[in-house]
Amino acid sequence: MNLQVCEPAALLIDFGSTYTKLRAVGLETGAILGAGQGPSTVTTDVNRGLDAALKDLESHLGGLPEFRHRLASSSAAGGLRMVTVGLVKELTAEAARRAALGAGAKLVGTFAYRLTRADLAEIENLAPDILLLAGGTDGGNAEVVLHNAEALAGAELGGPVIYAGNRTAADEVADILDRGGKTVVVAGNVMPEFNVLNIEPARAAIRGVFIDRIVHAKGIDRAAGRFDAVMMPTPAAVLEGARLLAQGTASQPGLGELLVVDIGGATTDVHSVAKGDPSREGVIVHGLPEPFAKRTVEGDLGMRHNARAIVDLAGAAAVAADAGLDEDRVEALLAAIDADVERLPQTDEEHAFDRALARAAVTQAVARHAGTVKVVQTVTGPATLQEGKDLGRVETVIGTGGALAHGRDPADVLAAALADPGDPSSLRPRAPRFLIDREYLLYAVGLLVEPAPEAALKLGLAHLSDVTPQTTGGAAHERAIHVG
Amino acid sequence: MTECASAQPRYDRSAITLVTGVIGADTHIVGNRILSMALEKEGFKVVALGALTPADEFVKAAIETAADGIMMSSLYGQGELDCRGFRDLCVEAGLEDILIYVGGNLVVGKQDWADVEKRFLAMGFDRAFPPGTRTDDVVRALDADFAERTTRQRAS
Repeated sequence: MNLQVCEPAALLIDFGSTYTKLRAVGLETGAILGAGQGPSTVTTDVNRGLDAALKDLESHLGGLPEFRHRLASSSAAGGLRMVTVGLVKELTAEAARRAALGAGAKLVGTFAYRLTRADLAEIENLAPDILLLAGGTDGGNAEVVLHNAEALAGAELGGPVIYAGNRTAADEVADILDRGGKTVVVAGNVMPEFNVLNIEPARAAIRGVFIDRIVHAKGIDRAAGRFDAVMMPTPAAVLEGARLLAQGTASQPGLGELLVVDIGGATTDVHSVAKGDPSREGVIVHGLPEPFAKRTVEGDLGMRHNARAIVDLAGAAAVAADAGLDEDRVEALLAAIDADVERLPQTDEEHAFDRALARAAVTQAVARHAGTVKVVQTVTGPATLQEGKDLGRVETVIGTGGALAHGRDPADVLAAALADPGDPSSLRPRAPRFLIDREYLLYAVGLLVEPAPEAALKLGLAHLSDVTPQTTGGAAHERAIHVG
Repeated sequence: MTECASAQPRYDRSAITLVTGVIGADTHIVGNRILSMALEKEGFKVVALGALTPADEFVKAAIETAADGIMMSSLYGQGELDCRGFRDLCVEAGLEDILIYVGGNLVVGKQDWADVEKRFLAMGFDRAFPPGTRTDDVVRALDADFAERTTRQRAS
């Protein structure tokens, strides 16, 4: 094979926890020129996995083109492990959580109110890469963040602290932490006024710390000369990719409001790029405002490490019925997964079981991500209160992750994300189309957003396959997607 | 306006944060909104929670904003039920000293106001206001209470 690349190219690298994945993308057409894969070698020398992946890519391309951009994302070495601390659980503590999740972090602990000695011991034990400290509106409560800063100043913390709380207390908090030998980055308050969500400055600060420090701490900078930058944690790249696909660019329309469901081996991520305003009239929105691009992570819903947790949650009988198996078989298949979490489905039975597991995970994960409504009886008649996002009008649901990319019937799995007429309180999508990211390139789209947005959007739109079942009879068949 | 609320309060109104809202399953927002606007105009910092606000949300908002007072409205006759235990909720959350006012159609039917007021004061509210209260009266009451608190703090 000879190298035949006539356009400038970008190399997009994902340092994952299992694989080092590469995509070579044409910057004019947004076409995938080639893909390569190597093992994840972050724990030893990141260069070995990268060498193997480049060799794989080279064998597919017949040579390596000159890359104009070489950008990486990383979820290796446990991902970006974060702890968040806020004041009231539903207010600044929740805002801090959303900032960390939106920045692509793996949240390992969330705390509210005054940190106790037990909390501090737990935080030390968790040893987060970054701790995000929030609390109080600007000019509001300062006492608790000052108390928490004192407590953290005396704790054994390896990573830096990002302060995104009450602005009035920022200088004092920074001084206290500094005296305790901690690295402090001050960002804008996640809740500057009551019920105003402002997570972008904290997200940017997390990303800055990630690029400056975490890449080094995780040993990824050993390969530093071979790429321009590790831009962000992989989940943040997926969220950026989703945002671009929804909104489009100045010259190309996007897909409109959308939802991404990413079913992994240990967790299920849901990203929504949607305002989430009520789709029905007269509904009163309640609670903390929602970020337009929102990510949630379900740490108890994963196809392999958490297969048993999914079955426990959905009920063995329900999973068995959905898979067309009896409960004893479900138990046997679960035991087989527990014994070997790398196991891929081989038999029809295993495929049916995986499909049922994935459907149960999607149902739960999307229900938790979506908002809810409840009807309150008032003297003037019933009033409908909405909390969270109304995703009813979302037009597109994109599925990614092994169970969807390689499963036999991805549309059937994604259908589990839909609104259930029997449960009108859960505001899930009503009639979206289903797209599959079979080639795992949402992260690549997200990495390309900054240097080459047009190519990034073309890349995404050209490689998502439409698996929406046809209502006019006949089986689902894959089609190219149409935009605009 | 013929009467001025208080020309020169003996404390700094702009240092005072007040949480306002309508408690319970009550959608009557107009009076509370007029009060919120008047308080803002008089120089207070106002955090308006609006209609249909559960009791615990007043407390949570007051914690984050380090509020000095909570101004609660109830117009649908269920106020007595909704407000029961509210002072305890504040004490539990560490807001022992927060000023709490309540106003509106607090009870069902025609009842003697003096009696109603007594019941709400016994529930731990600092002041209770009958229907038709003017915003100026509320501001005068706030001025008196905060001036008194400021003097007390200086003395201690």
